[in-house]
Amino acid sequence: MGWLGPAEIEALHLSLRVSLWATLITLPFGIFVAYALARWRFPGRQVLNGLVHLPLILPPVVTGYLLLLTFGIQGPLGGPLAELGIVFAFRWTGAALAAGIMAFPLMVRAIRLSIEAVDPKLEQAGATLGASRLMVFGTVTLPMILPGVIAGAILAFAKAMGEFGATITFVSNIPGQTQTLPSAVYAFLQVPGGEAAATRLVIISIIVAMGALLLSEYVGRRVAKRVAGS
Amino acid sequence: MSLSVRMQHNLPAIALDLDFEAPPGVTVLFGRSGSGKTTVVNAVAGLLRPQAGRVAVGDWVLFDTDCGVWLPPHRRRLGYIFQEGRLFPHLTVRQNLNYGRWFAPREVQRENPDRVIEMLGIGHLLDRRPAMLSGGEKQRVAIGRALLASPRLILADEPLAALDDARKAEILPYFERLRDEVSVPILYVTHSAAEVARLATSVVALQDGQVVRFGPASEVLADPSVAPAGVRAVGAVLSVRVAAHHNDGLSELDAGGARLFLPRIAHRIGEDLRIRIPAQEVILSNRPPEGLSALNVLSGQVEKIRPGEGPGAIVSVNTPAGIVLARVTRRSVAALGLQQGSSCYAVIKTVALAPQDVGGRVV
Repeated sequence: MGWLGPAEIEALHLSLRVSLWATLITLPFGIFVAYALARWRFPGRQVLNGLVHLPLILPPVVTGYLLLLTFGIQGPLGGPLAELGIVFAFRWTGAALAAGIMAFPLMVRAIRLSIEAVDPKLEQAGATLGASRLMVFGTVTLPMILPGVIAGAILAFAKAMGEFGATITFVSNIPGQTQTLPSAVYAFLQVPGGEAAATRLVIISIIVAMGALLLSEYVGRRVAKRVAGS
Repeated sequence: MSLSVRMQHNLPAIALDLDFEAPPGVTVLFGRSGSGKTTVVNAVAGLLRPQAGRVAVGDWVLFDTDCGVWLPPHRRRLGYIFQEGRLFPHLTVRQNLNYGRWFAPREVQRENPDRVIEMLGIGHLLDRRPAMLSGGEKQRVAIGRALLASPRLILADEPLAALDDARKAEILPYFERLRDEVSVPILYVTHSAAEVARLATSVVALQDGQVVRFGPASEVLADPSVAPAGVRAVGAVLSVRVAAHHNDGLSELDAGGARLFLPRIAHRIGEDLRIRIPAQEVILSNRPPEGLSALNVLSGQVEKIRPGEGPGAIVSVNTPAGIVLARVTRRSVAALGLQQGSSCYAVIKTVALAPQDVGGRVV
């Protein structure tokens, strides 16, 4: 990667790290929420559905500001967490949190669709054969929704790589700390003569996004084939 | 082990209210679609929670609303064979068969997988996935999967309904073997009189959620008011023994001393069978018939004449082979002068005795 400057490599590294963590940490929650929305009928289901989708429709700057209010050092959650040693404000962890929240709706939608495609009668069959609910989920539901889970995770990763508005509002644009790929593009465009560096990062962004999309298609199709049993 | 079922449950379409105590063997829930059969089985399986009731296998209570007992489905030790098989598409046949075994406590595993696989003839399918199986093969694997869970109760919800006649003929013998070789009570749902005649130890006839008849197959099938297909499904069930196979493609049966001929069947000479004789395939005569092509003539006395709603009547004739039912017109009853106690001859066309109505005897 000789054609990239150190600041650009740093931004790419940071973006990959932020997106990977954002995806891995949110995945279990994403599966759980998707399952709850697809299979359970409970009061407040529509409210939960709305909350999950909120980051998708709110202006990202609003989401970022709400995160700052909640998880900032003086925030109702940020304060207690800081005492436990978990600090989000102006750290890469905060960038991961913002990216995870912004990617969450896409992840939940993909997984929920695949859960709704699983015939509950198969899960009933598992139960009559002696599998508890958790075992049915692990041995029937989860293997069958694997294509959707993988697609959702890759989609969330790509979204996290591109997250800009909420991140810059919540954790600012600190090189080496919170300056992710899109933030770096923005920063380079603000200084005279930064166009070349910005263009290189733009190309990398396109490659990562396209790569993620193709990979998700490919893996999804492979797994779907295996799950369908042909 | 006996099976006792009592439940009340109100659904939008029907109100379920039933109570029966079935002896060991195959208990068939028999009735039209919409009569509540599947609801009953799902409640026994724990997939549906009835508003009130009690279900027990022997002295093992699955649920009892009076004492607040409710075992979840996975603790009921069931083998549920569904109409559509419901094999897990992401697992191979071998993994499907082993699924119930993973969860059954080791000390209760009494079924030997090799024996079950051999009994069902699925040894060559083990590495395939369900998508690569035919309908009949899927259903055989589903039977094996249920058996290998070492269940205390086998449930079967119209397991043959999705299959064509040839596949039905392929699977039915496996259920007969289950009944005769596995000492687990079986609750079997069907609307086919032929399946009842072949499998049932006792029959629970359901109509609009109520038990309208409960008893041995021969009694229930003889009643036109309970047969789901109406009068067409009415028929007698006779116990017979294979006497001989003849060179002209016929098999000879011994029915209480009387002889019956039917198209060649695969059963061995000396084997005990039961055979269903549909009432609409029997004609009556008041003197010994001559010059008829029918080979089967049973002499006897009229036991009962039951007029139907239309122009027909069901006549029960007491013959050495057992009670035979004939569906004739009321006009013929009058023309032949038939009344209770009068002598008559029941004539059955040989080709009317279909091999799918012949099955192993209940032990």
